[in-house]
Amino acid sequence: MKARRAGRRESHLNDAPAKFWELRLYVAGQTPRSLAAFVNLKQICEGHLRGRYRIQVIDLVENPQLSKGDQILAIPTLVRKLPEPVRKIIGDLSDTTRVLVGLDLRPPLE
Amino acid sequence: MMRLDFRLQTAYDSAIMSRKTSPSTSPAARLPKCPTGIKGLDEITDGGFPRGRPTLVCGSAGCGKTLLAAEFLVRGAVQFGEPGVLMCFEETEAELKANVASLGFDLAGLVRRRKLLVDHVRVERSEIQETGEYDLEGLFVRLNHAIDSIGARRVVLDTIEGLFAALPNEAVLRAELRRLFRWLKDKGVTAVITAERGRDQLTRKGLEEYVSDCVILLDHRVNERIATRHLRVVKYRGSLHGTNEFPFLIGDDGISVLPITSLGLNHAVSSERISSGIARLDAMLGGQGFFRGGSILLTGTPGTGKTSVAAYFAQAAARRGERALFFAFEESPNQIIRNMHSIGLRLEPWVKRGVLRFHAARPTLYGLEMHLATMFKEISAFQPTVVIVDPMTSLLAAGSESETRAMVTRLIDFLKAQQITSLFTSLTHEGSALQQSEIAISSLMDSWLLLQNIESDGERNRGLYVLKSRGMAHSNQIREFLISEQGIDLVDAYIGPGGMLVGAARAAQSAREKAAALASQQEAMRVRHTLERKHTAVERQIAALRSEYEAEAQEARRADGQASARTLVLTSDRAELGRLRQADAERAVSGREHTKRSEKRR
Repeated sequence: MKARRAGRRESHLNDAPAKFWELRLYVAGQTPRSLAAFVNLKQICEGHLRGRYRIQVIDLVENPQLSKGDQILAIPTLVRKLPEPVRKIIGDLSDTTRVLVGLDLRPPLE
Repeated sequence: MMRLDFRLQTAYDSAIMSRKTSPSTSPAARLPKCPTGIKGLDEITDGGFPRGRPTLVCGSAGCGKTLLAAEFLVRGAVQFGEPGVLMCFEETEAELKANVASLGFDLAGLVRRRKLLVDHVRVERSEIQETGEYDLEGLFVRLNHAIDSIGARRVVLDTIEGLFAALPNEAVLRAELRRLFRWLKDKGVTAVITAERGRDQLTRKGLEEYVSDCVILLDHRVNERIATRHLRVVKYRGSLHGTNEFPFLIGDDGISVLPITSLGLNHAVSSERISSGIARLDAMLGGQGFFRGGSILLTGTPGTGKTSVAAYFAQAAARRGERALFFAFEESPNQIIRNMHSIGLRLEPWVKRGVLRFHAARPTLYGLEMHLATMFKEISAFQPTVVIVDPMTSLLAAGSESETRAMVTRLIDFLKAQQITSLFTSLTHEGSALQQSEIAISSLMDSWLLLQNIESDGERNRGLYVLKSRGMAHSNQIREFLISEQGIDLVDAYIGPGGMLVGAARAAQSAREKAAALASQQEAMRVRHTLERKHTAVERQIAALRSEYEAEAQEARRADGQASARTLVLTSDRAELGRLRQADAERAVSGREHTKRSEKRR
């Protein structure tokens, strides 16, 4: 379940074109919630970050030792490794607005 | 009321303990237990925590939750061969290792040998953005991996409430925690979950709702400026447990919980007798002294010689080649040695030889529990056969009366279990009704000696009674107790109609009695002399009478002789006359014969 996608610069919010989004999605088996999270993430990235992101999906059922590195408790968790600082977005990413805030693609909500 | 409570408690405790020691009445019905290895805790919980179930340990900050949990894991790994996982949410691995290293736990070594796994879960609230539904499967996976990687049988989740701060959705968290505890049960590991004490409930987040098998509450209270930690088993489903608050302490070698009666009343007893070091006192105690392993209470008003008696007892043990441990709470060892020197008791050779050890501490140095733990440790290290606590009453300064009683009970139980003879001195105030404060303690004691000042005729003297001595015939008499440069001696007191006579009065009485004896002796001699004189007089009288008689007899003989002479003369005259008158011969012959007879008589 690895996905890599590069696309045209099309950001209307970001004026730092050199930025690259390195994302890690932690799941535990192919549960409906994990699948939903992946679909939601793909959609948001394609919509806002085409060509400037990389998603790495880590299945903890297969690699449980990896949970320690990023201090993963909640599933699913999306870790934004880049740009700094590291942020964690937990849940099935169905709340697009919050995901965009978490990804630094729009200013925090009031 | 206080005392009654105490008794009830003790009775209850011993009921539990006796139940425990009777080897598994119905093994099938009993809940499987997971021994903690923590001193005393396994006794209170009747064998340990419930095996394969979670136990909640709650308490406010700094009361030893993490330590208790860590010790549970370390002891499990070291003593019971059960590897453990420690998942901590607050302290980092390095911090934790440093913290428990002070208790002598080599966490790092255990981790290296894969007996223990420490996993620090760090969650930063600020890093987390919540976007929809989630669960804590990550935690489950992580924990599962940790457990499986070393084959852990024990798990500790240290202050799981850290999660509440990190994760915003409490509803999800609660549901997940419920699932977690269920999962731990299914996994078959014995888990300890620590939680912060809440204001109105046991834990701040009400975790007791989820962990219902065993809940332990820790508490750290300051009473009269002395802090004491307490442990209470709030709930233990399916198991008998002590319900009291038990004091516990954190020493150099971990936690020790000190049950009121850690052993119950089933220790072995010895019928061996040991000397008190004072021959006359032994004589008062059925002639042989105290029972080995017995507990002796020595009460007395100030200056009655309690320490001296104790020192004698210690010396007697040393002389037998046994070890004696002297806990001094009022005097320094050197002072005791010097003072005993003045009554002819040399203790320093025994100290040098290592058979007598002093342990001196101010009672207020630390709380009772710490005293007790220190004493336990000293006793375990030195292995004495005789222990002296001088004076027990000064420990009252470190705790309330009921606490002191409880402590002494535990100490006595501990000593009796090891067949150590103990002597406690107790200071009483003059003029108080008979040792009201000691009544509760005295019932724990096998022998009770009372030293008392007896004031009369302008002087003070010491008296010693044996108030009780279980299992032996003992003297009911008061002895006068003398302390001189030669040491201690007991002398019979004079009991007269005016009461007991001691000191100078006894000496005076003694002199009076001596005088009376002398007088009666002289009287006897006088009577004897009179009799002798009478005898002599009688003898003399007899002699006089005899001589008188002799005289008379002599007189009679003389008269007789004169008479016969006269007869002879007459006869011869008559014969002469007859001859002259020509009398016949026959008459002349008979006259001769008559003369012969009278000659014979003479």
